[in-house]
Amino acid sequence: MPELLSVKNLKIEATSYPPGEPPKVVTLVEGVSFDLQKGKVLGLIGESGAGKSTIGLSALAYGRGGCRIIGGEVLLNGRDILKLGRSGINSVRGAQVCYVAQSAAAAFNPAHKLGDQVIEASVRHGIVTRDEAEKRALYLFRVLGLPNPETFGDRYPHQVSGGQLQRAMTAMALCPNPELIVFDEPTTALDVTTQIDVLAAIKHAIEETHTAALYITHDLAVVAQVSDDIMVLRHGKTVEYGTTKQVIEAPKEDYTRALVSVRQTKRDEAADQSGTLLKIEHVHAGYANGFKVLHDVSMHLPKGQTLAIVGESGSGKSTLARVITGLLPPSEGRITFDGKELPKALKGRTNDELRRIQMIYQMADTAMNPRQTVRDIIGRPLSFYFSMHGARKTERVKELLDQIEMGPRFLDRYPAELSGGQKQRVAIARALAARPELILCDEPTSALDPLVAEGILNLLLRLQEETAVSYVFITHDIAIVRAIADSVAVMHRGRLVRFGPKSKVLSPPFDDYTDLLLKSVPEMEIGWLEKVLKTRRMESAGN
Amino acid sequence: MTGPVLTDGTAGEQPRSADLSGVPAKPNPTGADGEIGGTFWRRFVFRRPLVALIVQRLGLSVGLLFAVSLMIFGGIEALPGDFATTYLGQSATPQAVENIRKDLGLDRPWSERYLNWLGGAVKGDFGTSWASKNSVSEQIGNRLGNSLFLAFFAALISVPLAVGLGMLAVQFRNRMPDKIINVISLAAISLPEFFIGYLLIMFFAVKWGVATFPATVYESMSFTERLSAIALPVATLVLVVLAHMMRMTRAAILNVMSSAYVETAELKGLSTFRIIARHAAPNAVAPVINVIALNLAYLVVGVVVVEVVFVYPGMGQYMVDAVTVRDMPVVQACGLIFAAFYIFLNMAADILAILANPRLRHPR
Amino acid sequence: MNLRSIPLSAWIGIAGIAIAILCAIFAPVIAPFGERDVVGDIWLPAGGDFLLGTDNLGRDLLSRLIYGARTTIFVALAATVLSFSLGMILSFAAAVMGGFVDQLFSRFNDLMMAIPTLIFALVVLAVLPQHLWILILVMAVLDSTRVFRIGRAVALDVAVMEFVEAARLRGEGSLWIIFREILPNTLSPLLAEFGLRFAFSILFLSTLSFLGLGIQPPAADWGGMVKDNKDGIIFGISAALVPGAAIATLAICVNLVVDWLMKRTSSLKGGRGDA
Repeated sequence: MPELLSVKNLKIEATSYPPGEPPKVVTLVEGVSFDLQKGKVLGLIGESGAGKSTIGLSALAYGRGGCRIIGGEVLLNGRDILKLGRSGINSVRGAQVCYVAQSAAAAFNPAHKLGDQVIEASVRHGIVTRDEAEKRALYLFRVLGLPNPETFGDRYPHQVSGGQLQRAMTAMALCPNPELIVFDEPTTALDVTTQIDVLAAIKHAIEETHTAALYITHDLAVVAQVSDDIMVLRHGKTVEYGTTKQVIEAPKEDYTRALVSVRQTKRDEAADQSGTLLKIEHVHAGYANGFKVLHDVSMHLPKGQTLAIVGESGSGKSTLARVITGLLPPSEGRITFDGKELPKALKGRTNDELRRIQMIYQMADTAMNPRQTVRDIIGRPLSFYFSMHGARKTERVKELLDQIEMGPRFLDRYPAELSGGQKQRVAIARALAARPELILCDEPTSALDPLVAEGILNLLLRLQEETAVSYVFITHDIAIVRAIADSVAVMHRGRLVRFGPKSKVLSPPFDDYTDLLLKSVPEMEIGWLEKVLKTRRMESAGN
Repeated sequence: MTGPVLTDGTAGEQPRSADLSGVPAKPNPTGADGEIGGTFWRRFVFRRPLVALIVQRLGLSVGLLFAVSLMIFGGIEALPGDFATTYLGQSATPQAVENIRKDLGLDRPWSERYLNWLGGAVKGDFGTSWASKNSVSEQIGNRLGNSLFLAFFAALISVPLAVGLGMLAVQFRNRMPDKIINVISLAAISLPEFFIGYLLIMFFAVKWGVATFPATVYESMSFTERLSAIALPVATLVLVVLAHMMRMTRAAILNVMSSAYVETAELKGLSTFRIIARHAAPNAVAPVINVIALNLAYLVVGVVVVEVVFVYPGMGQYMVDAVTVRDMPVVQACGLIFAAFYIFLNMAADILAILANPRLRHPR
Repeated sequence: MNLRSIPLSAWIGIAGIAIAILCAIFAPVIAPFGERDVVGDIWLPAGGDFLLGTDNLGRDLLSRLIYGARTTIFVALAATVLSFSLGMILSFAAAVMGGFVDQLFSRFNDLMMAIPTLIFALVVLAVLPQHLWILILVMAVLDSTRVFRIGRAVALDVAVMEFVEAARLRGEGSLWIIFREILPNTLSPLLAEFGLRFAFSILFLSTLSFLGLGIQPPAADWGGMVKDNKDGIIFGISAALVPGAAIATLAICVNLVVDWLMKRTSSLKGGRGDA
């Protein structure tokens, strides 16, 4: 069978302009080759900086933000599209090859109706007439499960939800009936329960239209559901390239093996969950403009254990963390810490009360002052709470650096000189420096690559064993809950849906929302998506 | 058709604007604050955000103008210095001062005089000039027309020129034409208006004799004579606002051109013309109009200096003369009128930006 | 900071500012004649004893230009420093305190900015007696509205960053948060803003003097010198253009430095520009 797309020995460079230094040429992608046949899906997977988006865009001969394709061939039906002129490549883009961006919200033009944007490429390339294009768009809206497909095209981008917008973007790519679609992390920005719908819609649409696809993602479990082949990338080079079955079930390389097994850490919960360090009772909270976010939330956490609060965006889980810290005083209810009620507002709390509860943020980048060195960042709680100075303080900072597995050579580095994982470790050390009894972790791993995130989780677990610190761990990721929690609270639209020991919360009988949430989390298993969809179909048939 | 059974199309999807976990979410999408309370207004804001916002801006501008009038009048009253003494000079006898105070109405309470003044101003009556004893409104009427004439032609030339040059700079971004335009505009914003004015006079009027100076206009002049008289002042004003307007236009267009939806359009294989006309332009119009309105506001103020340089009989010249002789009714009237134009143009910029925003034109 | 990373344009700007400041400091030493001495005929052409010629009263133009640097730079700098201090203190107070204080300051600032600066200055100077310190004060107050707006925006930008929240959670006081957490991160943009305000002050002062409302004669200042000599223009005498060119050059030099500072301003996330 002839290849639809054949990429040979691709090399891509970009020029970076670090402030105050001469421009530097960086190689983003080197020596990448792959083939894709008609109607097949190839998954490109890797961490941030692996060059996967850059490779995907090369199928449209496009370099984003100063990227230049300087070597290799991109053959589409045997023709090297890198050698086409401007008008030549324009007849390929949007006609033969289409692109689905990660953020549909930004990729749609706010000034035009969705319908007009969806059919634009088909009509402008003269593939079909306007009427035919509109019919096809309607068909695609139906296939993709968009609500009110007849009138959906009359809406503007800001009038529909994120999941719908992502599906509309897929319809836009499918409309000209292209031979190849490049999906660039199409579900990454979505909540899990939305992701599964969009994922199913994309898979269904690809099957219906026999389009080939390059599917780019950082999530191996997602790509396992949609692709025939998988290419694992790291630092712009190929690590492993094979069929989905082979890569998932029998990975050859260590790196791939680590990626496959990354979500499989599980920890048993503590047997004894009596005794309470933190107790939240009937808390209601909202913002000054009268918008209520939390409704009657109660939960508690024993000493030395981990409470995972799980929910999607809008569930109020981060708001709950703000309430615990005192940044947002609750309108009703009370919070008890170690047997004593905490003053509601931050200003009313003593320094010792503040010391005992520390916080770790999702973005370590913004959580540390960029103008302070690691020494200052970790040292400040020491001098603030314990009046440590000079050599004693330095000693203690070094100890803490050892505890987070980063030696003393990092003492005088600035945050900008650290990697994402190292920054998060420093943030953890800053929290530990206060000798807290409770650390609030607000999605501390969700901005990190899976392997780095795994390292952070293991570090947190080890520190808990060593120091008996308790965690409130806020996350949207069920796998993390399985890995670290003793007790679990499920939140949905500002209400507590379910709370109890992990084993109880995560096993049936479920309430509707927890059931949906648990079933929506992609598993590293080929055919998982079909299985879930099948049970859903059966359930809806039974209703 | 055997589509996958989806939960129900929208299940579990929150509207994107309401991410409750992080930032405080606003219950209405317009961002209008609820200062003007009442459920009726809230409902109105929600249903017709566009009209509501424009009404709000109009109200705000009227309120601002009122506050400015209070400030111009009250500020002058609050500041030290006795006008009667100033009016008569140092040698005035106490009796003469007393008489003058009565004459000018300075013996009446502050609030009464303010209300009188404001009432008159609304009707277009700004009282009598202390210096010439003539009606302020009559003198301003003519001069305001002259100033607007000047500003109008300056705008007519500078707006298309600035937008064109701005687009040119974007087209050749980071290449020679862009860099040259950048350097020249940097220099141009550093030149004082009077320096540009005298430079033009020196060369065009004195050395080469191709333009007239001073730029006097009078009633009996024909339209073309007027045009030739204002050639140099207009050129000065154009040079003054051009650089600013062009730099801001460039930034506004660059911002749109680097957006994700323009990339989407490129990846659809559309022609450059269509990308610009269909995808970039509708979104760039609002910021560019905003830039223009802001610079026109600047232009109104720029006429003050230019009129003095060219001895042009406009509002600016009139005001500066009045300030030198401390003719307060004239200073107050001119100050209020200039401020009114400034506020009006800023309001126009705001309203145009609101009108161009599709999120407000097509609420959820 | 690496000296070599400073571009040529910024060097030109720095050199220009340095020369102007040297002239201002050592005016009596450098100037060939006195500031107010009538030394020759009026409007003598450049050359001979008088490098730049003489002015409308027969005073040496070069000497007056050098003395004028003194007045112009001193007044503009004083006004800028004052307006900057005032604007920064009020804006940071507004940003950190928030709530009512913020509303009050911000609304009042909006009101002040609704009147064009020059018009405002004309109205106020019409009433006030003509003193140097009053001029400086008026310039400073009017200009501080711009500083307030920028300062508040920058401070709010930084104040919502999580590291500031973290400091608050630690129990740090307002002073620590302002001086140790917020200020170091706003230094670069504020430095650029200071330059911008200084350039504006030079132009604004010159404009006021040109209109006869700034520095009063016989003290030499560049804007006033343009006014003194403007009548010569019709006779082809370029004496008025010389101080005008001096104003323009100094303003350009300041802007060149500002331009470099702005480009150099690193974002909070993108590494530290070691200021």
